[in-house]
Amino acid sequence: MNNALQSPPRIWWKPAEPAEKLWVRLAFGWCIVLFAMMPLWHLKGGQNPSGLRYRVDPKAYMARTQEFIKTYKVGEDHGIPVVAPPPGSDVYLIGLQWQWQPVLKLQQGASYMLHLSSYDVNHGFNLYPFNVNFQVVPGYDYGLKVTPTEAGDFRIICNEFCGIGHHVMVGRVIVTPPEGGAP
Amino acid sequence: MNAGFRICPATGRKIYADAESLIRANAVAATVSLLVGGIAAILVLLTRWQAVHLLDAVWFYRILTVHGISMLIFFIIFFEVAVLYFAGAVLLNSRLFAPKVAWAAFVLMVAGALLTEAMMWTGRADVLLSSYVPLRADPLYYLGIILFAVGALIGCVVYFGTLVVAKRERTYEGSTPLVVFGATTAAIIAVITLLHGAAIYVPTFFWSLGIGTVDPQVYRLIWWALGHSSQQINVAAMVSVWYLLGALTVGSLVLNEKISRAAFVLYIMFISLASAHHLLVDPGMGPAWKVWNTSYAMYLAVLASMIHGFTVPAGMELGMRVRGFSKGLFEWLKKAPWGDPGFSAMIFSIVVFGFVGGITGVTFGTEQINIIAHNTLRIPGHFHSTVVSGTALAFMGATYYVIPLIFRRRIAFYPLARIQPYLFALGMLIFSMAMTFAGSFGVPRRHWDISFGQAPFDVQFNPAVDAILGVMAVGGLLAAVGGGIYILVTVWSVFFGERLDLAPGQAFTGHGLPAGLLNPPPAPPAEEPAHLPHAGFGGRTPGTMVLVMVFLLAFVVYYFVNWKLLSFVWKVG
Repeated sequence: MNNALQSPPRIWWKPAEPAEKLWVRLAFGWCIVLFAMMPLWHLKGGQNPSGLRYRVDPKAYMARTQEFIKTYKVGEDHGIPVVAPPPGSDVYLIGLQWQWQPVLKLQQGASYMLHLSSYDVNHGFNLYPFNVNFQVVPGYDYGLKVTPTEAGDFRIICNEFCGIGHHVMVGRVIVTPPEGGAP
Repeated sequence: MNAGFRICPATGRKIYADAESLIRANAVAATVSLLVGGIAAILVLLTRWQAVHLLDAVWFYRILTVHGISMLIFFIIFFEVAVLYFAGAVLLNSRLFAPKVAWAAFVLMVAGALLTEAMMWTGRADVLLSSYVPLRADPLYYLGIILFAVGALIGCVVYFGTLVVAKRERTYEGSTPLVVFGATTAAIIAVITLLHGAAIYVPTFFWSLGIGTVDPQVYRLIWWALGHSSQQINVAAMVSVWYLLGALTVGSLVLNEKISRAAFVLYIMFISLASAHHLLVDPGMGPAWKVWNTSYAMYLAVLASMIHGFTVPAGMELGMRVRGFSKGLFEWLKKAPWGDPGFSAMIFSIVVFGFVGGITGVTFGTEQINIIAHNTLRIPGHFHSTVVSGTALAFMGATYYVIPLIFRRRIAFYPLARIQPYLFALGMLIFSMAMTFAGSFGVPRRHWDISFGQAPFDVQFNPAVDAILGVMAVGGLLAAVGGGIYILVTVWSVFFGERLDLAPGQAFTGHGLPAGLLNPPPAPPAEEPAHLPHAGFGGRTPGTMVLVMVFLLAFVVYYFVNWKLLSFVWKVG
């Protein structure tokens, strides 16, 4: 019997005792469960970060977003355009120092392809209060199929440090009930 | 000193003067970094505690950068270089390979650290620890980190050289002891990590000078191959220190060398994959890449930690049982030297690292669950319980043995030192759990003002969040007191402490010494005593078997609760 500060006896490649073997097997079994849950959730679960992923020039993405805003604009809020795209459409959201454009008006239960990208540095997409988080990287278009499950007035908090104005970077998402009731 | 070494009177080990001075220098530099990072920690804490909100926005992000770099890079790596020199030279009774080169490495590390600190404090690097491009810092900031990393890399080379010297000069028989084996894995991981660091900091340095470009997603990929792999250096070094302190304080025995060593090897094989933990909700990679890499290829590095989580306490249990503390399930734990700060620090390090850090880490690092964790306070909640409550606390425990054995001083203010691990561990536990809890309400990390007073749209967090952040502040301040005591005790002992000059063969006696030196565990009997338990599935260590089952249960519950929470949010994919 040696401690961990002593050189072990010459032949130390010896079978483990049953208790230790039992634990290694249990731990390995648990690791397999941990691993299997991820592919399983891709098949059965409703929340996966897969999406569509493309490289995009930040200027081109900005132009695409401005076009999207022009097409579906229904108003303004704090100087930021409010946009109400039809269900099933592609929705473009851009993060820039230090705001989210545009304000989105979506319908409960409808699906949208939500595109996320940045005009300048990394930003973080946090949908408040659901705590849904995605990284927003300049030069990359992250297209996620989203389905708002409840109506309400929600926020997008930037949760990646993006410079001195980081803490004022809050956007807005309004989800209206499916019959077109008031927000 | 003749022949450049002395014989430690108590342990009989040869300790070479060069190795000893280098261990001291690196340990002192680590403590100074800890002091700088610790002051920054208090300032950050008092700002995130929304009721106090101490710093303005500019200084908050500046000091947060200082906190991250000083702690996670400078403190940890200086200490790890000291651990390497200790494991290579002292534990193998060897001289240190190329001491002049080791000094050059130390000078490079200090110069790099000073340059980086200067850039941060003068506001030329307000980019936080991860410095994601295209946020840009002064070129000298990146240069400082490169110099520090080159120094650390040379330190690893000195360590490998020392292994060769020890083998050639036959300073030990057979295989290296387990602690040295673990330190070697840490050094190998350090080399892999530092090469990734070079691969990203060198192009970024040139980019900051206006030469070339760095893709923001590629930056995140390679930076985290540095940033996360470096945490595996910490894990390997911490587990080695657990084995070390177990042997010193309660005479731990190694259950099975093969199992423990294989677990260390798993760390080496799968570490670089862990960069993926930070990229799970990034646009750059697909689901297959994310699933394979985030799980370290089917959680084999997690398996390694779960194995050590069994073998370390089981080694203690066996060590205590063969020496007669074998009643019931837990006599070995009850009769353990709880007043020895080396022991208490190690135990709390194991428990908090496993139960809080490990479980939250694996859960948040699950591809889909990361959607409800990424960039929230859950993440710093997780890593403060691994790298602070785990690694830093284990290093603190080791310090209480390094002071008498290497600095040859009595520990000053010993009664304070005895309670230090309790204060620090309890404070960090409260702090990191409160942080994790606040994060589950969506509170962002790295954020100056979550009242959003100046934002165009109001955000009202759940009223519970204010209370949770208050609890977080109380825990953090308690931990800061524990950290302050640690710095006071070590600095005072090292520079003004009472010298400890033992005659050859003389045992440690008197005040200011941990129990493991005053009453070292007696040598274990040559034959395994008959009173050891054998029956049942717990084998010789039934107490540990009960503890790991409790751990597994907690793990399963927390993991599946998080899947349930995820299922409540918007459909996304």
